[in-house]
This record gives sequence, structure tokens and C-alpha cells, in this order.
Amino acid sequence: MLDAVPLWLIVLLKSAIVLFIVITTFAYSMLFERKVMGWMQLRPGPNRVGPWGLLQPAADAAKMLFKEDLTPETADPLIYKLAPFISLICAMGAFAVIPFSESSAGLWGVANVNAGILVIFALTSIGVYGISLAGWSSGSKYPLLGAVRSTAQMISYELAMTLSVIGVLILAGTTSLAGIVHAQHRVWFIVPQLVGFIIYIITAVAETNRAPFDLVEAETELVGGFHTEYSGLRFGLFFIAEYLNMITVACIATLLFLGGWNAPLGLTFVPGIIWFVLKAGLFIFMYIWLRTTLPRLRYDRLMNFGWKVLLPVATLNLMVTAAIVAVTG
Amino acid sequence: MGFFGGVTALAKGFATTLQFAFRKKPTVQYPTVKKQHAPRFHGLHELRRYADGKERCIGCELCAIACPANAITVIGAENTPEDRRSPGERYAARYEIDELRCIFCGLCEEACPTDAIVLTPRFEMADYRRGSFVYSKDRLLVPPDAGVGTAPDERPGGIPADIGAVIEQKGTVDIAAGYGATHRGEILKTERRGLAG
Repeated sequence: MLDAVPLWLIVLLKSAIVLFIVITTFAYSMLFERKVMGWMQLRPGPNRVGPWGLLQPAADAAKMLFKEDLTPETADPLIYKLAPFISLICAMGAFAVIPFSESSAGLWGVANVNAGILVIFALTSIGVYGISLAGWSSGSKYPLLGAVRSTAQMISYELAMTLSVIGVLILAGTTSLAGIVHAQHRVWFIVPQLVGFIIYIITAVAETNRAPFDLVEAETELVGGFHTEYSGLRFGLFFIAEYLNMITVACIATLLFLGGWNAPLGLTFVPGIIWFVLKAGLFIFMYIWLRTTLPRLRYDRLMNFGWKVLLPVATLNLMVTAAIVAVTG
Repeated sequence: MGFFGGVTALAKGFATTLQFAFRKKPTVQYPTVKKQHAPRFHGLHELRRYADGKERCIGCELCAIACPANAITVIGAENTPEDRRSPGERYAARYEIDELRCIFCGLCEEACPTDAIVLTPRFEMADYRRGSFVYSKDRLLVPPDAGVGTAPDERPGGIPADIGAVIEQKGTVDIAAGYGATHRGEILKTERRGLAG
């Protein structure tokens, strides 16, 4: 029966479903963040819109939609208007190659690319252009400072991040995300790659501009950083992109280090997708926890930490992994 | 602080925030839940009546003189045999309080020789216009069918029933509990215990 359906329709449907799920996840991870942050600050969090505040994302979206979309006089209009879309499209695109689970019918995902991890890194790297161009085209000093910081921060942390991921690639012997998950059938890569895992989660926080590495937006110094001049829907797009990036890195951490949809302790009666969601959810919770606990790093310390600690440790980890794999075959 | 010191400090920080997530939240869901206040809380004014329905206010203007914020305007008038508003010779033809000027100190209450003006615990006076905050007799005076009004000394603790839903209502009010944080408060508390015991 499926043979009669043209391929493009299947891909379109899959994309629509994944996009819908991802956007819903974004909306509720935002609510989840506000709730958890509230609890940790002895507040109940949003609870006025709907039962337990469950309709808060809808209310926020409606607010964003009806706000005025301002463009500063000094801005470069075309790039200014385009920048949020660069961020958002790259953030969304990453989900095309993420496999969420697996059944006898095949992988649960839009596409199974044999270099999936490379596609994701390529897309998230392009996503940085959204932030940099937004800051540059705003024609205002604070966004520009945010953009400069973003560029520097991304370069410093992307190096260590990629190096930490290469350790996993060496162990798995493949760049396909599904292949990496299959390679963790017996032991999750968090065990042999603990150092790589720690480096990955630290750099992932920096990559997604989340506290305590949110120097790019640093509201105490830069008003709003790169999105100072943005308002209304365009600001909302940056917001969505930031959260989608957060979900992406949580998914990648799950796929690379926590065995993806593999069940722990032989609990195979629970479907793989549940395990995947739980593991990724754990990361998102960790992000929120991190944000409530640690204050923002000073900029020079962020740079020192990236270049003088993370990069050497990641390199060492990679060399040791490569040596062990080379010796043991 | 070396590497392990740093890691311990981080772990302590994370443990603290996690603990706080499970603590009881002090938030009062205000419009639906109202907090207990002290029995003699100073809120919106009220002009009381006698049991026979006559106004207590005799238009002496002592409250207006006592008022440190100049918030009260009283214009008295003579009672006539046909139209007796109060038991005395005079009554307040006009009685206005500008609640925006009022500092809710309660000096009017103390100055009043007939216990006519009292402060009730009502505090929800929000409105859209400045003019709406000038309360005249039509809003201050207890309506003829609504009793005589209660003197603060006779008032039971808690929120009057007409203010709205009260979920967090206790039987008695422990005012001293609120002062617990200060040294002076501790003294007050012990004094209070001594009086009670």
C-alpha cells in the first residue's frame, strides 16, 4: 500500500509530524523551564492560564503575534529581517536527521543520513550566522557586542565540542546517528567516554547560549545582547531557535552518550521512544537546573576555560581514545 | 580552592537549588486565597450608626483637624426637629475622605468623640480614576439596613465576610508571630505569652 504513495508526500508528512512534535516540545519545555525555575526560587511558576498553567505557551504565542514588529532606522533592513529565519531554519533543520526511535518498520525520523552527526554540526554552525548577523545588522552597539561575543564563543567552544564527539565516532566507527546508537547496544558511550561526555555537556551549554554561558545575551551588560532591537514575532523566532537548539543538543547527547533509544538494565518492555524522551528530558532539566544555580561567567574566564581547559582535555581524551582503539583494534 | 574544592562547591550549589525546588512555597494565590491580617488592620474607613439608625457623626470636624494628611473634609449642619440625622445638635452634611491622601494612621478614629469614624480591614480599593478615591457619605456610611458597624476594639480577628472568599482563615490571630524576625518582636512575643499564661 505504501508503495503507491509518492516519496515526497511521505517525507512531507514525516516532516510535518516531526515539526509539530518539536514545536510542541519547545512550547512545553519553555513552560517546564519557567515552572522548575519558579520552584527553585520558591515560587509556584506560571499557574494562571489554564490548569497548572498548561495554556501559558499558547498565551505567550498569542502575545508575541500581536506585538509590533519594529525595525530600527539604522538597521540593515534585509539582513535584519532575515536573521531570525536563519537561526530558526537551521535549528529546525537539525531535527530532519535525528532518529528518535526504531521499530521493525525502520527508524523513527525524517531522514536517515549516513553522516547525520556532520549534518547537525553543519546546521548548528550556520545557525550562529543568524545570531551574528542579527547583532551586526541591528545598527546598535549592544547587539553588535553580543554578536562579536557569539562569534568568539562559538569558535572557542565548537572546537572542544567537535573533539569530544570524535571520540564517540572512533568508538562507533560510523557517523550515522542510528549506527552510533546501534554501537551502544551493550555499553553506552558515557562509560568509555565519560570525559568526552562532560566536555560535550559543558560546550553544549555554551553552543546554545544558555546560562551560565549566555554572554551573547547577557542582559545585565548588553540589555538583550544580539536580540536587543528585535520585537514581536521576530524576537519569538530567536526564542524558538534557542530552545530548539537546546532540544537538539539534548537529543544528540542522548544519541551519542546515553544509548539513544536503547533501554537501560534490560527494561525492553518500555518502548524505545519513551527512553529517548526521558533521556533527552533529563538533559533539558539539567539545563534548567544549571541556569538557576550558576551565575553568568565573566567573558575572559569563559574564553580561558574554553581554550586552556576544555580544548586540551578534549584533545587528550581524543588521543587516548584513538590510541586505545588502535591498540585493541 | 583546587579542582576538588571547586567541584564540591558546584555540587553544593546544585544541591541547594534542588532542595529549594521541593520546599513549600510561601506564595499566597491572592485573589482566590486571602491572607489573615491583624484584627485592628487599618483599611478603608466606615461611618457608624447607633442602634436606632441615627448617624454617630456630629460634624465636629475633630477628625479633619487630627488628620495629618489633610484627607478629611467635614461640613457640618444643624439638625432640625423634622430631620434628625444624629442625636446631637449637629450632623455631617458632607463627609469626604480622599483615600489617596489618607495614610491610614487611624488618628481620625482616635480623635472621634462618638466613635463614628472607624477604620475597617477592607483594603481592596483599586479603581481607574483618581476622583473615585474621594469617598463621600454614600460610600462611607454603613447602609441603614446593614447594622451599625463595629468598633475596632470589638472586632473579631480575620476578614469580614463581605470581603470575599477566604480560604486561609485561622481561628485566632497570632500577631506576635509576624514580629518573630526581630529582637523587639521576640520581646513582644514573650510579653504576650506572659499575659496569656
